Amino acid sequence: MNMEIPEPIKKVSIIISKGSLEGVYPGLIMANGARMEGIEADLFFTFFGLDAIIRKRMNSLKVATVGNPAMHMPTLLGALPGMSAFATHMMKKEMDKIDIPPVGEFIEMISDAGANIYACLATVEMFHLKKEDFCDQVDGILTVGEFYEKSAGSQIIFT
Amino acid sequence: MTTREISGKQLELDRDGHLTDASAWNEDIARELAGEEGIALTDRHWVVINYMRKEHAATGVVPTVRKITKNSGVETKEMYELFPKGPGKKAAKISGLPKPVGCV
Repeated sequence: MNMEIPEPIKKVSIIISKGSLEGVYPGLIMANGARMEGIEADLFFTFFGLDAIIRKRMNSLKVATVGNPAMHMPTLLGALPGMSAFATHMMKKEMDKIDIPPVGEFIEMISDAGANIYACLATVEMFHLKKEDFCDQVDGILTVGEFYEKSAGSQIIFT
Repeated sequence: MTTREISGKQLELDRDGHLTDASAWNEDIARELAGEEGIALTDRHWVVINYMRKEHAATGVVPTVRKITKNSGVETKEMYELFPKGPGKKAAKISGLPKPVGCV
């Protein structure tokens, strides 16, 4: 029988692929949480997840109220003008209550905590983005190969 | 739960190695616990420790890293330099407080 204590996690590589508020926060919380536990963390933003590190967009991400059964709201109601803004406002208020910072500040905090922040090259090219479009905390634009290389020995988490 | 001698006092520790009785703590204990973590306490460490002790005494809650960096005057980067590899847990341990509960 194997009685060895499992090895603690040393490094996580978290991929954020969605651009809604509820799509971005879990990855940010996990990255920050990893650093607080002394675990190394890399964040890799791809597809619409890139909005979280685009200077002009990072602080205006919205909650998706359509196509999300967990909103407990009929899809047609969720599509009404102002619904997404309202849900976003509510979620931000609740986040603030439990001390979770807005996206821009959170990215800065995670970077200061020693995590690396990367953007996905394929998406950058697809959306015709430039380095200047990103916030200062972005450490580089990587190909998927480079991402795997940097993720050596880490647990990869896709969100 | 275990009991061991720290800085000449018999102290009870929880399973994470934190003091179970925050009132049994003193500055010498902090220095010894910090030494065990490889940390030599400076004035900046004391800013964090004193803030955490004060906050805990006032609210009964151990402040999270986010609370500490927002209110103590020590920012995130410095916090990670002062208490490497687990700032919240280590600072709480040295301050004689339980592990902070919270996700940020």
